Amino acid sequence: MSRTLMQRLFEPRSIHEIAPGTGVIVYSALFLWTAFVLFPIYWVFITSFKTPVDVNSGPVYLPFIDFWPSLHAWQDLFVFDYKDTLRAYMNSLIIALFSTAGSVLIGSMAAYALARFEYRPKFGVIVMFILVMGVAFYTVGSFGVDWRLASASGIAVFVFLVMSLSRHFKLQLSNGDILFWVISQRILAPIVVVVPIYLMFQQVNLLDTHIAIILTYTVINLPIVVWLMYDFFRSIPFDLEESAQLDGASRLWIFWDIVLPLSRSGLAATTLLVMILAWNEYLLALFLSTSQAQTMPILVAAMNAGERGILWWTMSAVIIVMIIPVIVLAVVLQRFIAKGLLLGAVKG
Amino acid sequence: MTNNMKTRPGHSRAAHSRGFVEWLDRNSRHIFLWPAVIMILIFSIFPLIASAIMALSRIRFRGGGYNVRFVWFQNFEKQLFGSEQFHFLGTFAGMSILGWLVAALTTVGIAVWIVSYIRSSFTVIGFVGRLITWGFTLGVGWMLAATLFSGHPFGTLGTTLFYVIVGCGIQFIIGLSLAFLCSLPIRGRGFFRVVFFVPLMITPIGVGYAFRMMADTTKGPFSPVWQWAGLKDFAWAADPWAARFFIMIGDSWQWIPFIFVVMLAALESVPRDYVEAAQVDGATGWEIFRDITWPQVVPVAATVLLIRVIEGFKIVDLPNIMTAGGPGIATESMTLHALFAWRSLDLGQSSAVAYLLLFVTVVTCVSFFNLVVLRRVRA
Repeated sequence: MSRTLMQRLFEPRSIHEIAPGTGVIVYSALFLWTAFVLFPIYWVFITSFKTPVDVNSGPVYLPFIDFWPSLHAWQDLFVFDYKDTLRAYMNSLIIALFSTAGSVLIGSMAAYALARFEYRPKFGVIVMFILVMGVAFYTVGSFGVDWRLASASGIAVFVFLVMSLSRHFKLQLSNGDILFWVISQRILAPIVVVVPIYLMFQQVNLLDTHIAIILTYTVINLPIVVWLMYDFFRSIPFDLEESAQLDGASRLWIFWDIVLPLSRSGLAATTLLVMILAWNEYLLALFLSTSQAQTMPILVAAMNAGERGILWWTMSAVIIVMIIPVIVLAVVLQRFIAKGLLLGAVKG
Repeated sequence: MTNNMKTRPGHSRAAHSRGFVEWLDRNSRHIFLWPAVIMILIFSIFPLIASAIMALSRIRFRGGGYNVRFVWFQNFEKQLFGSEQFHFLGTFAGMSILGWLVAALTTVGIAVWIVSYIRSSFTVIGFVGRLITWGFTLGVGWMLAATLFSGHPFGTLGTTLFYVIVGCGIQFIIGLSLAFLCSLPIRGRGFFRVVFFVPLMITPIGVGYAFRMMADTTKGPFSPVWQWAGLKDFAWAADPWAARFFIMIGDSWQWIPFIFVVMLAALESVPRDYVEAAQVDGATGWEIFRDITWPQVVPVAATVLLIRVIEGFKIVDLPNIMTAGGPGIATESMTLHALFAWRSLDLGQSSAVAYLLLFVTVVTCVSFFNLVVLRRVRA
């Protein structure tokens, strides 16, 4: 027993445990943070069971002791206003599910393609596509040309120009360029593009519909999917696919039946992340939906606008209702998301 | 293995569908990639062009329609030098001594950086890229010197940079510390890991409302504390810095989990034997972290910070819910600025502000990527 008190407190006996003194500090820091994380959630939770009087007469903290919980906020939500709540909830569910499925599928296809095939698109062809389609969209916006006619003739002109001019273009892009371009789209703040997207959907009469929001969310989340999945596909050994290909299996089949199951953990992480982003998105939904396609975040934000001030109790109930499905999903998939994000971050 | 593959349906199939399947297979490389690329083109490049045109125009709504007049850079001029300058950059009304000092320090710092770069290595692309970084830093430095350090309010650019630089910095430090604590051999790691992750799941709108309740000095949970401190009548939403800090705390509450989760995974992937060998050699915890763990996780740290900064520039929900940009314009982020301009049907100004945000984001992120991330990854 030659160890001094300080040594006993702060020097671990073995490398698989920490010393008691250090332990006290570590645990107090962690529990302090736990309190900081959980308290706002707890407060929202109990507020949803308070009556307006309980909320407005100063803070009460403990149900059954400080105040008697009441279900009236939940009643407001699910009995009196159930149509609004249910519609927004269904909208959010439909939009989150379909847009997540869309971006994960399209994004992982693109990521797989970038990881396996070699692309040499000509820069000139892409610029030409942007120019031709830009002119086509301009005629729609400025001269009221029907958008179907404009895009069809735009594509026709583009195909014609490609066939006649493409061999004159020299500058070629590589996979790396495409990948960088796709990922860099994440830098684009949604506010920059949201007004034109709004006008675009107005032009095709899709404002305030599910399709508009699903499409927009799908595209907004594509960069994340491509980024994360690209690294997963690169970490999968190539020879399995090669032998399948030698046997004559088609590419689509290889992708669906061999590659996707092998990258299950990456898919889970990516899906969860994209789902959370789509479920919680606010700005784009604010522009693209007015009543029919309103999502939950818009519903929550709109609770501010009532004549009676903020209905804290109802709003808390809505927040709780919104959290539950995500938390369940997240706790189940939590291990995957760490792995998935890590892989993307290390090599990204 | 090869025998198994032969029975795959892709191989034996009815004759009529064979042509289509073969066509799909032959063109699979195009079918895989182009849907994503074309969708992104349609939803980002064309809107980006349209937005640029709007930013260079004056758009007036009249009756049922609107008319568009091309005005070149008038919208940007108004934001940077004209009547909206107070809103975007801040109020310039004479510099204080401290302001001059900060401005001089920024200028000298940039000059030293330029000289040291030119003397060490020089490539044209590197120089042009750095020129943009230098110009931007110099501009922001002078802007802060003339507003913040001279006692005048700054505009939405300063507020956004405050959320991004101060906010993300604090989030990174706390997230990394928590991840480090959780990577120690303690009991209950699984519990902390799950609990710390939760805030990320909550919609930012919900976070905004929750923190508004937290901050209420009369009805909120901490009102006894406020009363005890004699701040019962203090309205944090009426004080610019209190409001900014409250929004930053809400934002941090939500985003620290992201940094925590990724950094924890990175810390746990550091090979145990390195750490154990150092421990056997008698290195202290801090030495182990500085010399062994940190160099291993630096690439992940740089990337996760970059992601956070990219997302940080988009902040809009929290200021909108918690303070609606107030008091005055003190908590207005650039996205919110553009949103308010859109609400007042000033599409030209709105797009101009959005474009300025894009410029600021790109310059900051590309500088950070080139000067920090790439260097760290290569080192």
